[in-house]
Amino acid sequence: MIQLPIYLDNNATTPMDPRVLEAMLPYFNEKFGNAASRNHPFGWAAEEGVDYAREQIAKLINCSEKEIIFTSGATESNNLAIKGVFEMYAAKGNHIITATTEHKAVLDTCAHLEKLGATITYLEVKADGLIDLNELSNAITDKTILVSIMYGNNEIGVIQPMKEISAITRSKGVLLHTDATQTVGKIPVDVEADGIDLLSFTAHKMYGPKGVGALYVRRKNPRVKVTAQMDGGGHERGMRSGTLNVPGIVGFGKACEIAMQDMEKDTIRLSAMRNRLEKSLIELEEAYINGNTDHRLPHVTNISFKYVEGEGLMMAMKDLAVSSGSACTSASLEPSYVLKSLGLNDDLAHSSIRFGLGRFTTDEEIDYAIECTKKAVTKLRDMSPLWEMFKDGIDLDAVEWAEH
Amino acid sequence: MAYSEKVIDHYNNPRNVGTLDKAKSNVGTGLVGAPECGDVMRLQIEVDQNNVITDAKFKTFGCGSAIASSSLATEWLKGKSIDQALEIDNMDIVEELALPPVKIHCSVLAEDAIKSAINDYRVKNGMDPIELPKSHH
Repeated sequence: MIQLPIYLDNNATTPMDPRVLEAMLPYFNEKFGNAASRNHPFGWAAEEGVDYAREQIAKLINCSEKEIIFTSGATESNNLAIKGVFEMYAAKGNHIITATTEHKAVLDTCAHLEKLGATITYLEVKADGLIDLNELSNAITDKTILVSIMYGNNEIGVIQPMKEISAITRSKGVLLHTDATQTVGKIPVDVEADGIDLLSFTAHKMYGPKGVGALYVRRKNPRVKVTAQMDGGGHERGMRSGTLNVPGIVGFGKACEIAMQDMEKDTIRLSAMRNRLEKSLIELEEAYINGNTDHRLPHVTNISFKYVEGEGLMMAMKDLAVSSGSACTSASLEPSYVLKSLGLNDDLAHSSIRFGLGRFTTDEEIDYAIECTKKAVTKLRDMSPLWEMFKDGIDLDAVEWAEH
Repeated sequence: MAYSEKVIDHYNNPRNVGTLDKAKSNVGTGLVGAPECGDVMRLQIEVDQNNVITDAKFKTFGCGSAIASSSLATEWLKGKSIDQALEIDNMDIVEELALPPVKIHCSVLAEDAIKSAINDYRVKNGMDPIELPKSHH
């Protein structure tokens, strides 16, 4: 018997691995000390936990433990990286390059800096979601201080070519930040091989706890510094003040250790399940995969089922916890800007469903998800005037819609 | 966002899904909304010689509230005269289905669909179209 509803929204967050929880528990009561308390064993025990976690985390992305700055999560890491570089390197320039498919934590941070005098270039992506490397290269000026390009996209899973991107930023002497929230722990990320200078990631997307993340800040070749965005006790080499979330950090460390051990096994299992799900669903007529399928995270697929609306569809799939690019619930009624950036028409963006598999997803759950989704799409299409018109051979683009 | 029980009921058991023959002179068809806005409703009425709606059908592309609003509209239309049907107000639908503020546009669309179907019927039968209120949004 499978338990309903089935969780297929692992890009939103992941359940905590029981091994992570176990590692964290002593740090709530027995080892509750403040890691900054240097003068008694309570503090030492907490500091030891943090130090060990820092090593576990550093290993996963191949950096030194001194290069890890703990934060409250990836949103804060993105803010710290972009605002911190903008302030620290103000003498050098005020130009930042990013892409239209970035997470709001990057886009809104950039928009904030625009008000403070930054010039931002938002690179368009190609129809498959990848940026154009020539465009990136051409966008760099002598005022450019930072390029911020997401590693793997949260909505479509598309992986940007970080090595090629860093080859460009390196040759032009510009810093490279990447929002790797969805990527770290899922595929090998190596800040040395990838040439990354700043990298944001978080625990709760990789079976760790919520409320803890990190920013990797390169210490040599080049030595990178960011201006603190939080003033206080000077924790984290002065870059992020605030008492460390010791249980969270310990959990983050454990999650990284497990990710490293299980990555290959998880990737093989998850991509096989994802591919099976995807293959079955695109057997439906007028179903399209969004984004590049060759450069993609192993656990995610984003599919548009033309002529049905995503939110209505999700309601028919109530036993599946998924998400949609349809923003019917939001006041703006705007569908996903990521999908629109790929050049999708609004109607296809409204028709999209994201399936995010995870370490605890089973084959039985995928079987159920396939059945459930197919049934729901068929049910909704039987109710859809657009589907009927399509079947009658009417060109929907030629219809004059009563816009409202 | 949680849906009301009535929305869920209409969504799970939509009344009067289907298609009437739009070529018939006593059938009025209203097609409102736009695919890029995420909702399109097609509502049809069949009217007898006494101007009474004897049948109503819908098909809707949209969220659960849009589907429920049009399903409810067809239920209300059957047995009403054309004039009575014109009195259906979107706020009646909001109230009946307990739609939250972000879903009020679904009820507006349903009201538009009713009026648009009635106008189609009127024009087909040599009557002047009634004036439609300016789009609410």
